Amino acid sequence: MEWLQQLINGISLGSIYALIALGYTMVYGIIKLINFAHGDVFMVGAFVGFYAIKGWGLGFFPALLLSMAFCAVFGVLIERIAYKRLRNATRIAALITAIGMSLLIEYGVIYARGAQPEAYPDGVLPSTTFNLFGAQISSQSLFILSVSVGLMIILQFIVHRTKIGKAMRAVSHDMDAARLMGINVDLTISYTFAIGSALAGAAGVIFGVYYTKIEPLMGIIPGLKAFVAAVLGGIGIIPGAMVGGLILGVVESIVSALGFSLWRDAAAFVILILILIFRPSGIFGKNTREKV
Amino acid sequence: MKKMNKFWLFLILAVVVYGVGQGLIQTGILNAFYSNMLILMIINIVLAASLHLVIGITGQFSIGHAGFLAVGAYVSAIITMKFELPFVLAIIIGGIVAALAGLLVGIPTLRLRGDYLAIATLGFGEIIRIVFLNIEYVGGASGMMVSNMTTWTSAFVCLVITILVISNFTNSRHGRACIAIRENEIAADAMGINTTFYKVAAFAIGSFFAGIAGGLFAHNFYIIQPTNFGFLKSFDILIFVVLGGLGSLSGSVISAILLTIISTYLQQYPETRMIIYSIVLVVVMLYRPQGLMGTREITDFFGKKKTAKGGN
Repeated sequence: MEWLQQLINGISLGSIYALIALGYTMVYGIIKLINFAHGDVFMVGAFVGFYAIKGWGLGFFPALLLSMAFCAVFGVLIERIAYKRLRNATRIAALITAIGMSLLIEYGVIYARGAQPEAYPDGVLPSTTFNLFGAQISSQSLFILSVSVGLMIILQFIVHRTKIGKAMRAVSHDMDAARLMGINVDLTISYTFAIGSALAGAAGVIFGVYYTKIEPLMGIIPGLKAFVAAVLGGIGIIPGAMVGGLILGVVESIVSALGFSLWRDAAAFVILILILIFRPSGIFGKNTREKV
Repeated sequence: MKKMNKFWLFLILAVVVYGVGQGLIQTGILNAFYSNMLILMIINIVLAASLHLVIGITGQFSIGHAGFLAVGAYVSAIITMKFELPFVLAIIIGGIVAALAGLLVGIPTLRLRGDYLAIATLGFGEIIRIVFLNIEYVGGASGMMVSNMTTWTSAFVCLVITILVISNFTNSRHGRACIAIRENEIAADAMGINTTFYKVAAFAIGSFFAGIAGGLFAHNFYIIQPTNFGFLKSFDILIFVVLGGLGSLSGSVISAILLTIISTYLQQYPETRMIIYSIVLVVVMLYRPQGLMGTREITDFFGKKKTAKGGN
C-alpha cells in the first residue's frame, strides 16, 4: 500500500501549496499583480513560528496564530510601501517591483540572521502512526491536513459571508465601480494582503513542523509552485487554488514515488507550461474574450 | 552615407577600446583581478544586450534567460572538454544550440502575454536547469570542470559582433517590426506584421547571444554548476535591462558595466550586494519606471558628434 501512503504525503504537501496559492490568487484577483514576495512571506512565517516555539516555548497553536498575525502585518506593510504606488503602473513595472521586494526580503533576512538553516524542534505535535489499509500514516500529516482545511473553511466564510469579503469580491470584479459604490478600495486591498499573508504565515509554520528544516531562501521554490497551483486552478478563483495545490502535491508525490525524485521540481513547471498553453484560464476558469 | 560613417566610427572606437584594454592587461597595469572583471563585464554586456532585444525591443517579458546561458555554457564546455574541438567552434555551436532551445521554448510560449509569458519562461528556465542537474554526462549537481580559455580578445570580438548585430537588427525593417509589436501587438498585427514570426525570431536571436555569453562564461570560471544558472541569474540579467531602460541598448550596456563594477567590489558581501540590487530595483520602478535612459540611446544626447552605440 505504498500508493496510499504516497497519496497522503502528496495531499499533505498539496495542502501547504494550497495555503500559499490562496494568497497569490486573492492578490492577483484584486490587483492583477503576481506577488513574488508572497513566497518570502511564507518563509518569514516559518521563522516567526520557529522563534516562537524554540525561543518562547509556545505550543503549536499559539505559534501558528502569532506567525499569522505577524505575517498579516508584514504583508500589509509590503503592499503599502511598494505596491500601492504602482496601481496605475505598467504590468512589467509591477512585476519587477514584486521581484525586487522578494529579493529584498530574502537577503534582508540573511543579513539580519545569517544564511544558516534552522531545524524545528521535535515534539511540537504528537506523532504516532496509524495503520490504515497497510499504509503508515503519521498523525502529523492528518493534523496538518485538518489545520489547512480548517483555515480554508474560515477563508470561505470570510469571503462569502462577511462584509469585507463582499467588498473584496466587488473590488476584484470592478475596482472603479466598487469605488463609486462607496467601498474603500485601499482598505479592501490591504485586507486582502493581510488575509493572504496570514495564510502564507500559517503555511510556513506547518511546513516547518512537517519538514523540520527552514532557511531564508526556502520560500522561492514553494512560492513558485504555489503560483503554479494558482494558475492550474484558475488564477483569481479561490476554490481553484485549493484544488490546484492538492493536484500539484499529489503529482509531485507520484513523480517521487516512481523514482524520479530529482525531476520533481521540473514536474510542476511542466504542468505550468502545459496548462498555460492548452488552458490558460485554468481548471475552474472561464474563457474570456480579449477586447481591443 | 551617414550610416556608413557611424559604422566605421563604431569600429574605430571598438579597436581603440580593445587596444587600450589589451595594452593595460599585457603590461600588467591591470592585474588578474581587474582583467577578470573586464571579461565578466563583457559577458554581462552580451547578456544584457541579448535580453534587451527580447524585452526592450520586442516587449516580450522573459525572465528565464539564464536557461539559455546554461545551454550555451554546457554545450560549449562539452565541445571543448569532451570532444576537444577548438574554442571558437565551441562558442558558435553553443550559440546555435541555445538559439534552437530558444525556438523550442519560444514557439509555444510566445503565444502568451504579459505575466503569463513571464511565468512560462521562468518555468522553462528552471526546467533547463533541472535537466542539466540530472545529466550525469555533464557532472550533475557537482558540475563540470572547464579549462580557462576566455581571453580579453575572444570576449571582445564576441561583444563587438553582438552589439553590431543587435543594433543593426534594431534599425532594420525587422527591428522596426519588433518595436511595433512592443508598442501595440494588436495594431502591429493589423498592419500586416507577422507578430508570431518576429517574436520568435527576436527570442531566438536573443537566445543565440545568451548562448555565446554562456560559452564565454563557461570558459572563464573553471567550473560550471547548475546552481550558477538558477532563478537569481535570470534576475541579474533582468536588472541590467530594467535599470538601463527598457528599449535602450546603450542603457543596458551602461548598467551592465556599472553593476558589474559594483558587484565585483561587493563580492565579499553577497547579501549586501543583493540588498542593494533589490532596493535599486524597487526604487527605480517606483520613481523612474522607464529606467535610467528610457528608450533613448546615448547617441541621442550628443547629436551628430557622438560616435557609437554602447562601445565598451
